[in-house]
Amino acid sequence: MLEEFSSGVFHGTTHTYLGQEANAVAVLSGISPDDIVFSNHRCHGHFLAYGGDVRALFAELMGKSTGVVAGRGGSQHIHWRNFYSNGVQGNSVPIAAGAALAEKLLGRGNIVICFIGDGTLGEGVIYEAFNIASLWRAPILYVLENNRIAQTTPVEQAVAGDIRARFTTFNIPAVELDSSDVCDIQALADLLIEEVHRFQTPRALVLHTYRFGPHSKGDDQRSLELLQQLKIERDPLTIQAARLTKADRTGVEKQVDEEIRAAFIQAKEDQNNS
Amino acid sequence: MTTVLEALNRSLHQVMSDEPRVYLIGQDLLDPYGGAFKVSRGLSDAFPQRVLTSPISEAGIVGLAAGMALRGLLPVVEIMFGDFLTLAADQIINGLTKFRWMYNEQVDVPLVIRTPMGGRRGYGPTHSQTLEKHFLGVPGLRVLAACAFGDPGQLLADAILKDNQPVLFIENKLLYLQMVNDGKVFEEFDLTEMDLPGSYAPYYHLSLHAAPSPSLTVLTYGYMAGLALQAVQQLAYQHELFCELYVVTQLAPFEHQPPLPEIMLSSLRQTHHLLTVEEGSFTLGWGAEMLARAKEALGPALISVGRVAAQDTPIPASAVLESDTLPGVENIVQMALTMV
Repeated sequence: MLEEFSSGVFHGTTHTYLGQEANAVAVLSGISPDDIVFSNHRCHGHFLAYGGDVRALFAELMGKSTGVVAGRGGSQHIHWRNFYSNGVQGNSVPIAAGAALAEKLLGRGNIVICFIGDGTLGEGVIYEAFNIASLWRAPILYVLENNRIAQTTPVEQAVAGDIRARFTTFNIPAVELDSSDVCDIQALADLLIEEVHRFQTPRALVLHTYRFGPHSKGDDQRSLELLQQLKIERDPLTIQAARLTKADRTGVEKQVDEEIRAAFIQAKEDQNNS
Repeated sequence: MTTVLEALNRSLHQVMSDEPRVYLIGQDLLDPYGGAFKVSRGLSDAFPQRVLTSPISEAGIVGLAAGMALRGLLPVVEIMFGDFLTLAADQIINGLTKFRWMYNEQVDVPLVIRTPMGGRRGYGPTHSQTLEKHFLGVPGLRVLAACAFGDPGQLLADAILKDNQPVLFIENKLLYLQMVNDGKVFEEFDLTEMDLPGSYAPYYHLSLHAAPSPSLTVLTYGYMAGLALQAVQQLAYQHELFCELYVVTQLAPFEHQPPLPEIMLSSLRQTHHLLTVEEGSFTLGWGAEMLARAKEALGPALISVGRVAAQDTPIPASAVLESDTLPGVENIVQMALTMV
């Protein structure tokens, strides 16, 4: 997709999720069908793991009427079923708490998954939201993906103190994990999702992770050597693939490649917005 | 006789009694206090599960209400002073007002943000402002302003129950203790309520009984309507300048066609002079937009325009200084006399 931006097929921008895929897949494989997801600017991985349509996502990036929101939102502002994303850091965090509270008050039993990043920790409104979510017992799971870099700023230069404590100080139980293994993450996420459903109170999952791609389309200041090393050590696809036979892996990759290529071609052929 | 405060409070009682999806969220709402200006009095006793008294977190509660609205509730947020709306500006401008459009009209966001604006109580620079002009023209936001005519309680009820998109509901603090449809006004004035095309928010036409045909149209809203009425009386009795007054309750959007209601335009075709009156600061205010639209619609038929508004300075606490800063009856009279 990054290559196709320079070819002019896509219009606007995107935010890469390369390297973080295991987070979305592990967390969202454990939700119930009507649970709600609030995502952020880096939403493509969340959307696809939620079950979003690849062709509709491509079409959205192409600005076409067959896009997720008919080309109105573009990469960062999409909504489908119970999935919502918005492009302003922290903006969705109180909204997610309100959605969780509404589900509880309406007795529907659904919970909310709210994805944020380490960069979001600089926004004040999230602490208002954590406080209220805790006081009013909103059934919400915060998933904080600490990819250790906010656009180009390393986490050490932007986040003072302990990330987990940002939740626990509001009496929101929080656990953290430093892994890119989808199975490790899933085991922990399933436990927390089950707790939020059962106790109808907030929880937080802090996932230490790595982003291999640029923040957006091409603004990475990190060295190629570092990125290469991270890919060797922490690529969730490599880690998961090691569990498969060579034949199974080839089969899966072929199937996914074909699916994506077909979706891309379909989206390209879709009518433009008139 | 009912005050505007009582009308709004009764309306909230009625709405919460009729519709279980309505929730009230704000600071210090619980009885016996019932909110800083008492508009929410009695509600937490009557509906203890649905009045949520909150931390001092304007952005947090406005965002929270947006999430509740997205998922099917009808939240009403009270922001204690309108000055504090700026704390929630990102939620309003980058969030809840965009959702319906940005998500391709697949969602509704039925939420009302109520807040008192205005000065003349000596509260000083950060508790006296009339800030709604900063929220006019935000796509997806309806801005309503209560006045002491018609049925302000009904306007609030309609905003909560009839509107499935975000509403900012402005209540001038000095309106609270004014009588709704004060009989003393109607001894002198004829009042006609009219429907604004495409909206549930009415507007009002007022003119002195049996006055000669007017030579100036005055357009205003909220608390300033009362001051404008006094000015209209003075202009008639002391200067033999006759005006007709329009009071709107919807400030935004300006989406109706023509850009002003046809009745106002035909009034302007007769008077050729339009004066707007508002309590917000002068520059880039509501009046500027209304005058521009009137001129665009009428061209040379509109001969002169004028604006009365607050000075472009912070609002002082001192009563004398505050009074110099905010627009009063005399400012309206003087401006009218320079125009016609």
